[in-house]
Amino acid sequence: MDTITLTIDGQQVEVEQGATLLEAARELGIEIPTLCYHPSLSLHGSCRVCVVEDAKSGRLLASCVAPVNDGMEIVTNSSKARIARRTNVELLLANHPNDCLGCDRNGTCELQDITHDLGITRIDFEGEVRDLPVDDVGPSLKREPNKCILCGRCVRVCEEVQGVSALEFTQRGFESIVTTGFDLPQSEVNCANCGQCATVCPTAAITENRCREKVWNVLDDDSKHVIVQTAPSIQSTMGEEFGMEPGTVVTGKLAAALRRLGFDKVFSTDFAADLTIMEEGNEFIQRFKGKKKLPHITSCCPGWVKFCEHNYHDLIENLSSAKSPMSMFSSISKTYYAKKMGIDAEDVYTVAIMPCTAKKFEMNREELQEGGLETDAVLTTRELARMIKEMGIEFSTLEDEEYDSILGTSTGAATIFGTTGGVTEAALRTVKEELTGESLDRLGLGFDGIQEASLEIGDQTVNVVIANGLANAAKILDEVRAGESKYDFIEVMACPKGCVGGGGQPLPTNDEIKKKRAQGLRNIDESGKVRKSHKNPEIKKLYDDFLGEPLSGESHHLLHTRYKKRDKN
Amino acid sequence: MGESIYRSHVLICGGTGCVSSGCKEAQDALVKELKKHDLATEVKLVETGCHGFCEKGPIMIFYPEGVFYCQVTPEDMEELVEEHILKGRIVQRLLYKEPTTKENIPSYKEIDFYKKQQRLSLANCGHIDAESIDEYIAEGGYEALGKALTEMTPQEVIEEVKESGLRGRGGGGFPTGLKWQFAHDTEGDKKYIICNADEGDPGAFMDRSLLEGDPHAIIEGMAIGAYAIGADEGYVYVRAEYPLAIKRLQNAIDQAKEYGLLGDNLFGSDFSFKLQIKAGAGAFVCGEETALMASIEGKRGMPRPRPPFPAQKGLWGKPSNINNVESLANIPLIIREGASRFNSVGTEGSKGTKVFALTGKINNTGLAEVPMGITMREIIYDIGGGISGGKEFKAVQIGGPSGGCLPENLLDLPVDYDSLIEAGAMMGSGGLVVMDEETCMVDVARFFLNFTKSESCGKCTPCREGTKRMLEILNRITSGEGRDGDIEQLERLAENIKSTSLCGLGQTAPNPVLSTLKYFRHEYEAHIHEQKCPAGACDDLLNGYVVDEDACIGCTLCAKACPVDAIEGAPKQAHIIDLDECISCGACEPKCPVDAISQA
Repeated sequence: MDTITLTIDGQQVEVEQGATLLEAARELGIEIPTLCYHPSLSLHGSCRVCVVEDAKSGRLLASCVAPVNDGMEIVTNSSKARIARRTNVELLLANHPNDCLGCDRNGTCELQDITHDLGITRIDFEGEVRDLPVDDVGPSLKREPNKCILCGRCVRVCEEVQGVSALEFTQRGFESIVTTGFDLPQSEVNCANCGQCATVCPTAAITENRCREKVWNVLDDDSKHVIVQTAPSIQSTMGEEFGMEPGTVVTGKLAAALRRLGFDKVFSTDFAADLTIMEEGNEFIQRFKGKKKLPHITSCCPGWVKFCEHNYHDLIENLSSAKSPMSMFSSISKTYYAKKMGIDAEDVYTVAIMPCTAKKFEMNREELQEGGLETDAVLTTRELARMIKEMGIEFSTLEDEEYDSILGTSTGAATIFGTTGGVTEAALRTVKEELTGESLDRLGLGFDGIQEASLEIGDQTVNVVIANGLANAAKILDEVRAGESKYDFIEVMACPKGCVGGGGQPLPTNDEIKKKRAQGLRNIDESGKVRKSHKNPEIKKLYDDFLGEPLSGESHHLLHTRYKKRDKN
Repeated sequence: MGESIYRSHVLICGGTGCVSSGCKEAQDALVKELKKHDLATEVKLVETGCHGFCEKGPIMIFYPEGVFYCQVTPEDMEELVEEHILKGRIVQRLLYKEPTTKENIPSYKEIDFYKKQQRLSLANCGHIDAESIDEYIAEGGYEALGKALTEMTPQEVIEEVKESGLRGRGGGGFPTGLKWQFAHDTEGDKKYIICNADEGDPGAFMDRSLLEGDPHAIIEGMAIGAYAIGADEGYVYVRAEYPLAIKRLQNAIDQAKEYGLLGDNLFGSDFSFKLQIKAGAGAFVCGEETALMASIEGKRGMPRPRPPFPAQKGLWGKPSNINNVESLANIPLIIREGASRFNSVGTEGSKGTKVFALTGKINNTGLAEVPMGITMREIIYDIGGGISGGKEFKAVQIGGPSGGCLPENLLDLPVDYDSLIEAGAMMGSGGLVVMDEETCMVDVARFFLNFTKSESCGKCTPCREGTKRMLEILNRITSGEGRDGDIEQLERLAENIKSTSLCGLGQTAPNPVLSTLKYFRHEYEAHIHEQKCPAGACDDLLNGYVVDEDACIGCTLCAKACPVDAIEGAPKQAHIIDLDECISCGACEPKCPVDAISQA
C-alpha cells in the first residue's frame, strides 16, 4: 500500500493512501470532534462538525470524509475552523429542545459534550424549533424526533450492520426527519427491537422505553414477592455506569445493590441459561441424530427471532423451540419456585435485568403471556444503573454478596451466553459430553461477525457457525435457504459481539469496549469451578424434583415456545 | 423515398412555451384551411422545437420567404392561407413589431432578438422536425459519431474536446475534455455516461428546449462521450415534469436504434452503446451529480461527499461521467467541424456560446444563445429589448438560486465563467432574471433563499439548519421586524453555509444574499433602520403616500385614481392624503404629473 505524508498542526505524519484526515489526525493523537462519524459505520460527512482548514487553499474540509493528499498542510484548530465548527453546533442546538436536565442522555450525550468542549455558552440563532410527536407506543424503543440531529447513525447501523432498514430519512431540508416507512410506530414495522439505533444515537432521539416507575411501585407493594434475575452479560458491564473499567466483573456488587433496592430475592438468568442448554442441547442431539430440522438455529435472542419471523419465516421450524433463558427463568419462578417457597404464583413478580431492548418486546409476546408464566418487567442495564444511583448506593464500594438459592447458581457455560459464540460453546460442552462422555473445554472462538467451527463428536463432525449482527446472520441464512449450507448448528445474536454489545448496555460503547466486556465474561468462566451446564447442582435438583428430564412433557409445557410468520415490512 | 415537392413549408413551433400559448389549436386550424383550399399536398407543416422567442408564441415561419409570424391564433389561419400562401402577400398585422422603432419586421433574421444571437447548440431547434431522424441527419447529424468511431481514437476525441475549450454548461464550468479524460483514465470493466437533464433553476428551460427541439444531438453527443471514456451504457436523467422532452427523446432513441445508431457495433466498429431515460421525481438536489446517481440507483436523492468523484466511483460504484444537456449538444459540432469551429467564438477562458433564459421585467422573454464575452447590456437591451413598461433597470440575477444579483454598473461586464464568479454571481445553468426599480432586492434574496431552503435535501447541518435561519431573518427584515445585528448574522451564516456545506447546492445557496448585500446593502439597512422598502415592494413596510403640498398643482388626478377616497382637496388647491384611509396601493403616484406624491 502506498503511503502519504502530510502535516497536521505542524506535525508530519505518514499514513496509508485512502486514509481520511480524521484518521491521520488521530494517528498523531490530535482529537477532532465528530458527531455523524462512527467507526463501525460507513462515512456520511453530514454534521460538518469535524471541519479542519487546508492551509494552502484556505478551504474547510470535513475531516471524517476528506482523504489525505501528499504534502497537505492541515490546521485542525484555525480560527476559521473553530468558528465554523461552533456555528454548526449552534445551528443544531437552535433546533434542539436543550432540556438536558431531564433528558435520559444527560451525561452521556455527545451533543452535550461537544457543546461543552467547544465552549458554547449561548446560541446566537433563534427561530422555529421542531415540534414532532414522540413515538413511545412500542415496548422496546422510544423515538423523540425533536432530539434528533439527523446524523444518520441509526439509519446506517440499521441498514449496514443489521440489514433491517427500519429507519430512513424522509422529507427535505428543515423538515427532514428520520422515521419508519409511512411514519408508523417503530413497533409496527420490521424493527427487530435490537436497540442498536439507541446505542449509536449521539443524543436521546432513540432510547429504550423505560419502565422504572413500574418497578419502583411494585417494590413498594408488600403484597408482592418481587424477585430479580440478572442476565449473564450484566456482570461485566454494569461497572461502567459507575466509572469502572469496561470488563470489570461486578457480580457480587450487583447482588448487593439489588438487595438494597428491595428485591425479595436476587437470582441470576445464568441459572436459566444452564437450563436452556439442557433443553436446547438435547433438542439439538435429537435433531442431529435424526437428521431433521437441521441446521438447528438458536432462539435465545429476541431481536434475532423477530428478524427471522419477518424475513426467514420459512426457517422458523429450524429455530430451537426452547424459550430464552429470561423466559425460562420466569416460567420456573412462577411454578417450581413459587411451589417450593409456598407462595401463590400470582404474587410472584419477576423483574429481569437485561442488556437488551428487545427483551421488553419478548416479554410481551403473546406466546409467552400464556399460563401466567410471563416476565413482569424488563429493565436494561442502563435503567438499573439509574435506579441504583437514585437510591444513592455507592456501587463501587459495595461489599460483594452472593446470589440467592434456589435460582441463583450458575456455571461458566451460562455466563458466556453474554458474548458471541458463548451459547454454542456452552451447548457443545454439554452435547459432546452427553454423546461421547468426552469433555470439551474450549472452542477457541474470537469476535468476528461470522465464525465457523467444527467439532468431532465420536465419528461425526458437527459444523457450527456463529453470526453476530443481523446482516451477518442474513448472509448465513441466505446460504441455508439456497441449500448451500453445511452447518448443523447456527448461533445468532442480533447485536454485534453478542449481548455485551446489546442495545441496553452502558454508553458509550465501541468494539474495544465490547471486547473487554466479553473478556470479563470469559474470565468468570475460566475462574469458575463448574463450567458445564449439566453439572449445575440447582439444575440437577430442578429436574429431579420438578421437571423430570430435558424435553419431558413438563419441560415442553413450561420451557418451550413457538414462533409466527410476520410481514416483511 | 418518393416524397412530393412542396411549394411551401410552414414551421410551427411545438416547444412547451408555444404549446401552452396555443400552437396546437392554430396548427389544427391551419390544417383545416389548407384542406379547404386543396393545399394539403402542396404545403408541408413541420412541427419544430423551440425558437426561443417564447414571449411572442405561438410562432410560425413560412418558407421559402422565411416570414416570421407571431402570436398567431386559429382565427388568423384563414387569412394566412388566403393572403400569404395563395396570393403571396405578407400579413402585416401578424409580423413582429420592434418595440423601439414600431416597425414590422418580416424576416426572422432581421429581428433584434435573433440578430445578436449565435445559435450553435440551438442551430436545429426551431429549424427541423424534432421527431424526424432524417431531418437531423440531413443537417449533418450523426456525421460526428461516424467520424469519431471510424477515424478517431477515444483519446483523439478527448483531445478535440479539450482543444475546443468547452466547459460544463450545467453551472460548474469544469472543462468537459478533462472530465472525459478522468473517466477515460480510470480502469473499469463497466463505465457509464449520464446526461444531467434535471433542470431545476427557476425560469431556466434551455435543457428542455434542446431535448424537445433537437433530441438526436444529445444522443449523438452521449454516444461520442461514451466512446471517448469507454462506456457502453448511458442514462439521461430528465425530470418527470418534462413530459414532451421525455416523449421526443424516447422517440429519438427508438429511431436511432432502428437506424443502427444506437445498439451494437455502431458504424461497424467494436463500439456498442445503449441508452435509456430515467425520469426524476423533481427534487432540485438531484441535479447534483452524486444525488442524481443515487436517484438512478433507486435511493433517496442525497449527495455524498466527493471524492470519490464519479469518474472514480460513480453509478453503481462504476466509473461514470456526467455532462449537462447543453454541454453534450455542443459535442457533435465540435467533432464534426473541429474544435476551432467552437473555440473561435468566446473569450480566453470561456469558449463557444451559452444559452440564457431571459425572464423577469424584460420585453423579450425567451431563450437566447449568445457568444461568451457578450456584455450583459447587449443581452438585456439588444436581445431582450430592454426593460418592460418603461421602467428603470435595477439588477439582473444570473445563475439562478446559486447565482448572484448584479447591479447596473456591471452591465458592461463581458459575460463568462470567471468574470461572473469575480462579480459574485455565477454562470449557473444560464437563468437571467431582470429586475426593475420596483423590485426589492431583499425580497429577491428572500425568494431565492426560500427556494434553496425548500430544496435542501436536509443531509448536512449548515444547509439544512442554516438556510432556514437565514430565511427567517430575511422574512423578519421584509416584514419590518429587522433588528440591529441581522445583517451581521446573515453574513456569518452565509459564510458558514458556503464554506462547510456538503454539496454545491448548499455551497452556493447564500450567493443571492451575499451579492445583494454587496451591491444593495443600503436596501437592507433601509428596511431595518428606517422601516422602509425603497422599492415599495414589501407590503408590511408601506406606510401610505404623502403629497408634497408645495409641488401639488391641484389637478385632482390623484384623487380620481384613489380607490378608497383617501385623497382630499379642491381643484387647484394642494391635496392631502388621509393616512388612516390610505391602503398604500400606489395608484396615485404614477398619476401625478408633477411627481408630488411619494411614499410616507
